[in-house]
Amino acid sequence: MTGTVGVPTRITQGSGTKGGVGESTLRPDGTLKTTGEFAYASDLWHEDMLWGHTLRAPHAHALITRIDLTDALLQPGVYAVLAYADLPAAKRYGLELRDQPVLCDGRVRFHGEPVALVAADHPETARRAAAKIVVEYDVLPPVTDEAAATAPGAPLLHPDRDDDHAPHVPHPNIVRRQPVRRGDIEAGRARAAVIVRQDYEVGMQDQAFLGPESGLAVPADDGGVDLYVSTQWLHVDREQIAPVLGLPEDKVRLALSGVGGAFGGREDLSMQAHAALLALHTGKPVKMVYNRYESFFGHVHRHPARITYEHGATREGKLTHVAARIVLDGGAYASSTPAVVGNAASLGLGPYTCENVDIEAIGLYTNNPPCGAMRGFGAVQACFAYESQMDRVAAELHLDPVEFRQLNAMEQGSLMPTGQPVDSPAPVAELLRRVRSMPMPPERQWESAGEGADLRALPGGLSNTTHGEGVVRGVGYAVGIKNVGFSEGFDDYSTARVRLEVVGGEPVATVHTAMAEVGQGGVTVHAQIARTELGVAQVTIQPADTAVGSAGSTSASRQTYVTGGAVRHACQAVRAEVLEIGRRKFGSYHPAWATAELLLEGGKIVTDGGEALADLADVLEGDPVERELEWRHRPTQALDHERGQGNGHVQYSFAAHRAVVEVDTDLGLVKVVELACAQDVGKALNPLSVVGQIQGGTTQGLGLAVMEEIVLDPEAKVRNPSFTDYLIPTILDTPPLPVDVLELADSHAPYGLRGVGEASTLSSTPAVVAAVRQATGLALTRVPVRPEHLTGT
Amino acid sequence: MDFLRPASWEEALAAKAAHPAAVPIAGGTDVMVEINFDLRRPDHLLDLGRVAELREWEVGERTVRLGASVPYTQIMAELRHDLPGLALASHTVASPQIRNRGSVGGNLGTASPAGDAHPALLAAGCEVEVESRARGSRRVPIDAFFTGVKRNALAPDELIRAVHIDRADGPQQFSKVGTRNAMVIAVCAFSLALHPESRTVRTGIGSAAPTPIRARAAEEFLNAALEEGGFWDTGEAVPPSIGARFAGLASGACNPIDDVRGSAAYRRHAIGVLARRTLTWCWESYRESERRAPCA
Repeated sequence: MTGTVGVPTRITQGSGTKGGVGESTLRPDGTLKTTGEFAYASDLWHEDMLWGHTLRAPHAHALITRIDLTDALLQPGVYAVLAYADLPAAKRYGLELRDQPVLCDGRVRFHGEPVALVAADHPETARRAAAKIVVEYDVLPPVTDEAAATAPGAPLLHPDRDDDHAPHVPHPNIVRRQPVRRGDIEAGRARAAVIVRQDYEVGMQDQAFLGPESGLAVPADDGGVDLYVSTQWLHVDREQIAPVLGLPEDKVRLALSGVGGAFGGREDLSMQAHAALLALHTGKPVKMVYNRYESFFGHVHRHPARITYEHGATREGKLTHVAARIVLDGGAYASSTPAVVGNAASLGLGPYTCENVDIEAIGLYTNNPPCGAMRGFGAVQACFAYESQMDRVAAELHLDPVEFRQLNAMEQGSLMPTGQPVDSPAPVAELLRRVRSMPMPPERQWESAGEGADLRALPGGLSNTTHGEGVVRGVGYAVGIKNVGFSEGFDDYSTARVRLEVVGGEPVATVHTAMAEVGQGGVTVHAQIARTELGVAQVTIQPADTAVGSAGSTSASRQTYVTGGAVRHACQAVRAEVLEIGRRKFGSYHPAWATAELLLEGGKIVTDGGEALADLADVLEGDPVERELEWRHRPTQALDHERGQGNGHVQYSFAAHRAVVEVDTDLGLVKVVELACAQDVGKALNPLSVVGQIQGGTTQGLGLAVMEEIVLDPEAKVRNPSFTDYLIPTILDTPPLPVDVLELADSHAPYGLRGVGEASTLSSTPAVVAAVRQATGLALTRVPVRPEHLTGT
Repeated sequence: MDFLRPASWEEALAAKAAHPAAVPIAGGTDVMVEINFDLRRPDHLLDLGRVAELREWEVGERTVRLGASVPYTQIMAELRHDLPGLALASHTVASPQIRNRGSVGGNLGTASPAGDAHPALLAAGCEVEVESRARGSRRVPIDAFFTGVKRNALAPDELIRAVHIDRADGPQQFSKVGTRNAMVIAVCAFSLALHPESRTVRTGIGSAAPTPIRARAAEEFLNAALEEGGFWDTGEAVPPSIGARFAGLASGACNPIDDVRGSAAYRRHAIGVLARRTLTWCWESYRESERRAPCA
C-alpha cells in the first residue's frame, strides 16, 4: 500500500460519524414489523371508544329516493347515525378538486360510495345497525367509458363544475385534457421509413397495501379533535377535514399512526373525516377499521387506460415522430386525475429524443371506481405502451430492440417534449447496457434438481402443471422515465425542526417533521442526515404530527429529496448557530476559530484538519439549539394548455429492466425467472433501502404485467374485492431481482440524490410483457396478460 | 353467535343434533373467511378442535382412514406414498400456515367445486364416513357425495368423521391451474389415478363444473384403449393419439362457467392439457415401476 504519511487528511462534515449518509443503517421499525409487534393504525385503542361503520351504495349510478335512519338509531348500543343531511359544515372534499361528497349527496356515482355512518359500542352492533338503514335507490345506467361519457346527451357526472380545468376541457365529463406538442408531426411522417400504430390497454391496478384504512378520532376539551390516522400527508388531510367539521385548522390535530403500506392509495381521505364527524357528534372517541373487502372500495386505484400510439422511424432507426392519445379513466371523482394526466402527457414520449411529438392525454369522469395516485402515477400506463411500440418499431426495422432504444435515448442536455432541458445525468443508454450485460440465468433450471423436475422453477410452480412440456423462454427489455416531486408549478416544500442538545454529557439531535413514514424508510434516512450534518451518534426521530409544519406528501418519490432536504437544511442552520456560539465563547483562545473550516464531530467542534477546539457541552452549557425551517426544491412551471410547454418537472429518474420468463405456451402460465434492474439514484443515502425500493417497485410492475387487476362487471360493480381474487405476487412469483445501482449526482439535489421510489415500477411491466411476447409470438397489447390471452381462449 | 365446544365425538354429535344449523369449524380456513366477509352469520359455531380423534389417521391393508381434521401438512409429510394424489393436491392448498390448519373434512364440508382435495379423492376412490346421533354411522361413496354447488350428501344433523381412501396401487397425479404460482384458488384442476390391480383409471376434475366430477367417458375410453392395446401388460408407451382422445373427452366432461378467475373456454382447454400431461406422467411412472419389478 502506498500513500503520503504525516500530512493530516482533510475531513468533511460527518465523515467521521458512524451511521451517516451513505451507510445501510437498519430501519428502526424493521424488527418490530418482522416480529409482528409494530403497532399499526388498526391496533389503536382508547378507553370508552365507539366503533364507526360505513354503509356503502350497492350501485354504481343511482339516485337516492328515500333514506330512513330510524331503525338504525333505535338499535341498542348505537350512538349516532349520520347521512348527508347531517353534515355540519362543508359537504365536499377532494385532493385537487373539492368534488367528492363527504357522504352521498343523493346521487350515487360509484359502487361502494359512502352513504351513511354509524357509531356504536361494538363493531358488530354498528354493522347490524347499518343494515337497518333504509335506502331506496332509483338505479341509473352507468357511464363506463369515453364514448359513453362524451356521447351527445351523456349524463354529466358533475354538472356544476367551476374548477380551473373546466374552461379548458372539450366536455364536462373530461376532468383535464393536456396536449404536449413539439415540431411537426406531418414532417416527421414524411421522413419515416416505417410507421407503427397500435392500441393498448392497461387494466385497473390496486395499491393492495396490507394495512387496511383505519384510525381513531378523539374529541378534545377545546371543542377540537385529535386524529390518529394512517395517511401519506397529514397536513393535506387536515386542510380537507377542518372545513367538513366546521373547525379552524388549529383545532384539528393529526398524528401519524402505524402505516401498513400506501403506494398512493392513502393520498385521498378514507375514514378520516367520517371518524372525526362521529367523534364530535357523540363526544366519544371513535375508531374505524375497514376490512379487506371494504378497503377495495375505500381507496382510489390506478387509472385504467386506453392508449393509441403512432411511432415513425427512419431506416437507420431514428425516431421521426411520436403521436399518442392517452385516455385515463378517473372514475366518479377527480382525486389526483389532473396531475396524472399532466404526467402521462409530459412523460408520454418516454426517455427518448424526438423532434416531432403530438401527445394528448385526457382524464375522464365515469361511474367506475375513483382512480388516483399509485406508484408511477400516469407514467406507468404510458410506459407500457411506448415501450411496446419501441419493440414493434425495432422489429419492423430488423434492429436489435436495445440498440434501437439506445440510438434514440435521451441524455443530459436533451429537451423534453415540453421544451424542458434535462439538466442532470440521464444515463438511459448506459442503464440499458448494464441490464443487458448482467449474466443470464441458466436455461432449464427445473432440470438441475436431479431426480424429477423442480416444480418451483416452472410455470405453475407447485401446482404441478408442467414438468417442462410447452415451456418456452423469452427475454424482454424496457426503460422508463419518471418525474420526482410535485410538478407544474406546485409549491412543493417541506418543513423540519431540528434540535441539538447535550443530555447526560452526550450530544443528542432531535428531528421533528410531519413526514408520513409509510414504509419507505424516511425515518431511517432522517437520522442518517442528522448524524452526518451534526456529527452525533444519537438521533431521536419525533413522531410525525401537525404540531410541526407540513412535510408535503410521501409520494412522487419526493420525501428523501424534499423532507430529507429540509432536515439537512435545518441541521445546517443548527450547526451554524452552534459554531457561532462557539466562536463567541471561545474564539479568542485559538486562531483556527477564525481561519479554519469548522465541523461538528463526535460531540466536539473540530477543524477540517481534525483538531478539536471545544466540547459541545461547554459550548451549549445545557441550552439546546433548535431551528424549524421550510425548504423548497427549484420551482417548476405550469404547462400551457395548447402545446404543453413549460419546465414542468423538478427532476427525472430512470430505470431499465431485463425480464427473463418461461411461458407454458399450452396453458398460458408465466413464470418470471429473473427481473434485473439498473437504476440511477444520484446518491444512495441508504443503499439497502434503495435496493429494497427498486425491488418493491419491480415486483409491483410484475404484478401489473401478469395478474393484478380490479375487474368490473357491465354495471360498473367491482367483481373481485378480495385477496382471493385480486392476486398480487407471492414470494413464489417473485424471481431473483438483481439490481445495479448507478450514482450519478444531480447537482441540484441534496447530496446529489435522485428520488428512487417509483422508476422501477414503470419499466418492469413492459419488460415482462416483451419477454412473454418473445416466447409466444403474440402481440399482447393489454396488461395484465391473462392465460386466456396466451391460449386464445 | 354461540360457540359450542364439545370435548368428544359423542358430544359433538349431540350438539349437532340439538342445533342442526350449527356450522362445524375445525381449521376455520373456509368458515372464518365467510364470517369475516359477512357472507354467513350462523347462530352456532360447532368447534371440533377438542375432538382429538379427528386428527388421527390409520393406514389399513387396502384403505387409509383419514380423520376429518388431519391437516394438509400432515398428509404431505406422512401419507405421500399411500395417497400420492391427495398429497400433491395438499401441497397446492394456499400457504404453509393454512395447510397447518385446513383439512380434507373441511374441504368436503364446504363442498366447493374448487376444493383442492376433491379431484384427488375422486380419482383415488374413497368413502366418506358420516354420523348422526339419531341414525348412527354411514359411508357415502365419493361419487355420491357432491350434490350441487357447495352442497353435499350430509343430513343437517350429520358430521363428517373420517374419509376412507383407497391406498394407491399405481401412480397418481394432481395438477391445478391458477394465475399465480402459489396461494391461489383453482381456475381448474385435474387428477388422474392408475389402478393397475383392477386395470382401470379414475379421474377427478375441479372448478370446471357445478360440482367436482369424474370424466367418465374419458375413463371408459382409456380403460378400453389400454386393455385393447395390451398396454397394462407390455408397459409400452401410450401413443399420442390415445392421449389426445383422452384429453378431448376430459375437456368434454367439463361444464364450466365464465367468472373472474377464468373463462369457460379456457377451463375446458386447460383440463384437456392437464389430462394429456398427467396421463403421460402417470404412465411413465407405471412403466418405470414395471421395469423395476418385472413379473416373477
